[in-house]
Amino acid sequence: MAGELDVGYVAQLARMHLTADETELFQKQLGDVLHYAEKLNEVNVEGVEPAAHGLPIFNVFREDKAKDWFTPAQALSNAPRQANNLFIVTKVVE
Amino acid sequence: MTKRELPALSIVEVQDMLRRREVSPVEVLESLEERINTVDDKIGAYLTRDLTAAVTEAKKTDVALPLGGIPIALKDLINVEGQQCTCGSKILGGYRAPYTANAIEKLRAHGAIPFGRMNMDEFAMGSSTENSSAQLTHNPWDLSRVPGGSSGGSAAAVAADIAFGALGTDTGGSIRQPAALSGVVGFKPSYGRVSRFGLVAFASSLDQIGPLTKTVHDSALLMNAIAGHDSRDSTSLDAPVPDYAKNLGRDLKDIRIGLPKEYMIDGVDSAVKTAVTAAVKQLESLGAEIVEVSLPHTEYAVSVYYILATAEASANLARFDGVRYGHRADNITNLFDHYARTREEGFGAEVKRRIILGTYVLSSGYYDAYYLRAQKVRELIRRDFALAFEKVDALASPTAPTPAFKLGEKTADPLQMYLADIFTIAANLAGICGISLPCGFADSESGKKLPIGLQLLGKALDEARIFQIAHAYEQSTDWHKARPKTIAEGMKRAGKAGEL
Repeated sequence: MAGELDVGYVAQLARMHLTADETELFQKQLGDVLHYAEKLNEVNVEGVEPAAHGLPIFNVFREDKAKDWFTPAQALSNAPRQANNLFIVTKVVE
Repeated sequence: MTKRELPALSIVEVQDMLRRREVSPVEVLESLEERINTVDDKIGAYLTRDLTAAVTEAKKTDVALPLGGIPIALKDLINVEGQQCTCGSKILGGYRAPYTANAIEKLRAHGAIPFGRMNMDEFAMGSSTENSSAQLTHNPWDLSRVPGGSSGGSAAAVAADIAFGALGTDTGGSIRQPAALSGVVGFKPSYGRVSRFGLVAFASSLDQIGPLTKTVHDSALLMNAIAGHDSRDSTSLDAPVPDYAKNLGRDLKDIRIGLPKEYMIDGVDSAVKTAVTAAVKQLESLGAEIVEVSLPHTEYAVSVYYILATAEASANLARFDGVRYGHRADNITNLFDHYARTREEGFGAEVKRRIILGTYVLSSGYYDAYYLRAQKVRELIRRDFALAFEKVDALASPTAPTPAFKLGEKTADPLQMYLADIFTIAANLAGICGISLPCGFADSESGKKLPIGLQLLGKALDEARIFQIAHAYEQSTDWHKARPKTIAEGMKRAGKAGEL
């Protein structure tokens, strides 16, 4: 399994460019980590429910009520580019 | 006591002076600032701080409040409106928080003053603080060594008496491990005890905010402030918060402490083994009953952690896309490059590695083999602890397998770095609480004293008992009174000058 990792392909899925050197280095380092993690295959997990977190909390609800939150100016206060109360983004549709 | 010596005091001691009006909150801040200016160029714990803003808060604070007038340093991933919050990353360069975390609202309601943004591994990913994009932080006990991580700036500052107390976060040991390596007290609350609202997420099912302090009593006071339910964090537990300082001073007559046999393994440094064994004897002499217990799935914890934490991180860090905040790459022509180049430029190597690993274990065809299997083994680890806590009130172990290692020693080998968290990681997977406190020293080859940490783990929401046990141990020893020699000139603490 560990041998199947293709760092270049996964980097595309993660929308993250890597240099050729980084790709090669991570391929080796993450191969080591995945190889180490193969010991999980020894464990008998038959009938075990997966744990999403450590404590039994399920379905937390709060009242469906509007609350004051950011003003447009606050929401835009860290925008790399903005105009007319909007985030300016790279062209999405050709 | 001169003003110059003030920063060496514990929170409880400063509070006492503030309430007797022997010193004002502004004078406390100014004496701290003076010491930071003389010491921190050697340590590198602070990324930034705003004395003017803190003085404005100090003038308004009420010293009668539980933490009235006490400056608290913050790991640089907790939002405070108007302050930077870089997470140690270039991708958040220039970001100013537009809102304030719940833990900070609560600290302020208790009279504390948030002061200083502390260095950390980028997005809390690391065990040495070497993954910060900003600077290195040096261990105050030996400047050629790491302070631990990821809350390394917070731990080193408390150790060097340039913070009375600090907040960090613990996802796989990031409070307890740097506390151990830097010789301070670090507390990881049960999952859900402290609201994560306003904390920048790394691995949402594991992250908890917690205190780093000079003493157990100080730790309990900070927990009194920050614990409690918050409706803005859906994983925040709606459970009553006891007074954590109340049980301090009670004896250990009815306490049973378990020693997990899987934690005293080969690869644990001999000085660490000796110190922790002596600490357990000390707990026994204080009245605790010591029994051996087994946590049979211990050896799988690191693997489970690095699958689940990276999976969660890969999803959480998708928000850093250069649209709403943070860095955006220049001269972009299409949307894919917008994301891919922004993230290439903004993230450091360890964050990239973990995003790749997390994306991989969640990807089609590998989800069942890695992510789902890891979640199942997580359940088995959780059950190990549940069974152990049927027999004992707490578990004792080393916090870290070795004392502080050299800067640069493990950076080339991520797997070796990950194994530095081998004793702390399982507590996060199980959602339980734990503390690390000083229990001795190892000697480095160059004759430096390197602190060793004792870890005590308790069941979920049983924080008060862990504080009780830790305090009893601490008060029966002198370890917490020792100060690092490199920076101790002219400092006195609890009647002892310099090194132990």
